[in-house]
Amino acid sequence: MAETGILSALGAVIRRDLLLAMRRKSDVLTTLFFFVIVVSLFPLGIGPEMGMLRQIAPGVLWVAALLASMLSLPRLFAADHADGTLEQMALSAVPLGVLVTGKIVAHWLVSGLPLALLAPVLGLQFDLPADALGVMVLALLIGTPVLSLIGAVGAGLTLGVRGGGVLVSLLVLPLYVPALIFGAGAVESHISGLGATAHLSLLAAFLALAAFFGPWATTVALRIALE
Amino acid sequence: MLEASNLECVRGEKSLFRGLSFRLAAGACLMVQGANGSGKTSLLRMLCGLSPPAQGEIRWKGEPIRRLAEDYRGELLYCGHAGAVKDELTALENARISATLAGAPVDEEAARAALRQLGLKGREDLPARVLSAGQKRRVALTRLLLEKRRLWVLDEPLTALDKAAVANLCGVIDAHLAGGGMAVLTSHQDLPLAGRVEHLRLD
Repeated sequence: MAETGILSALGAVIRRDLLLAMRRKSDVLTTLFFFVIVVSLFPLGIGPEMGMLRQIAPGVLWVAALLASMLSLPRLFAADHADGTLEQMALSAVPLGVLVTGKIVAHWLVSGLPLALLAPVLGLQFDLPADALGVMVLALLIGTPVLSLIGAVGAGLTLGVRGGGVLVSLLVLPLYVPALIFGAGAVESHISGLGATAHLSLLAAFLALAAFFGPWATTVALRIALE
Repeated sequence: MLEASNLECVRGEKSLFRGLSFRLAAGACLMVQGANGSGKTSLLRMLCGLSPPAQGEIRWKGEPIRRLAEDYRGELLYCGHAGAVKDELTALENARISATLAGAPVDEEAARAALRQLGLKGREDLPARVLSAGQKRRVALTRLLLEKRRLWVLDEPLTALDKAAVANLCGVIDAHLAGGGMAVLTSHQDLPLAGRVEHLRLD
């Protein structure tokens, strides 16, 4: 298959998944509302202690992003599996890895990117300074694709398994931990004056690793699930 | 062209069939028959390469399909029990998107023509959610017209179709076979095809 064919198929899958997300808005909004609510409850619960809020802000935002991303994972392949689309994708003349990559990109656009864009607004509740908010957005922009890539592997492995929702959290959460540590660490070290470069570089390295292995591992997992 | 030798299918502890061999030449149609649970769908999924046979080998033009991978899938069209029709999308979007996902994009006019040919005129822009089971099946079957593939593997293509649609589908399959295509299908109903049909019983 020619390279242009592969690229147009990649674009087509992304457009298809975005179109489906538009028609099923409640699924997308559930993830976003969850993120907003969890993050907003902390300042209300802790009260107006600025120092404390500033200190916990990066961790709270990242933990909420992790959980929100995990909330949307079981749906990543379940609908396509149930109505037979996944079989058709596995039998396509386009390599399954390309189609899976497209689905992961669409998943990030729908459930990762909005979290990064909402973060500065939510960060204001924690009295984070503007430059720290910038670092926060940057860290989320690098880190949320990692969540989608690793999450897709877990979603593929638990596809068709009863109680897959619980299993996927057990599988995926330990692998999310590096993203959590470096993502939240970037903002903390920036606030403490050490600079965020080291953490962001490590996060980006983690993204490169996940981008390389994620789609491949997901494809293998899906082929096994379809057998 | 398509050649299966000494296939065995094992489900759990039970062997559904073993020692199954057949050849399918260009223009031929193979009708797989058997009781419920006799392994018809398992055989069809094997022929597509979705699940590997416990024993034996499937070859396409003399090459094992495992090795051909995407080259084989480019000549194959599988239509299973699940029609891969999305409720949220319109009939037209479903037809065009499934063709694109299969690696054979079509323009809107071709997709509309295919839907009309299968008797879905005036339903093209309705979401599949409001279509009846038979109409959804017709949307799924537009792939036969839109993707130019040599080998069709159809699992119970007649489910939920009315008489007119069955006759229509038979015409489509006949035209495909007359053009040198091949088809493997299962059906519990009679399929009045014009060409020669070979039968394979799984019992």
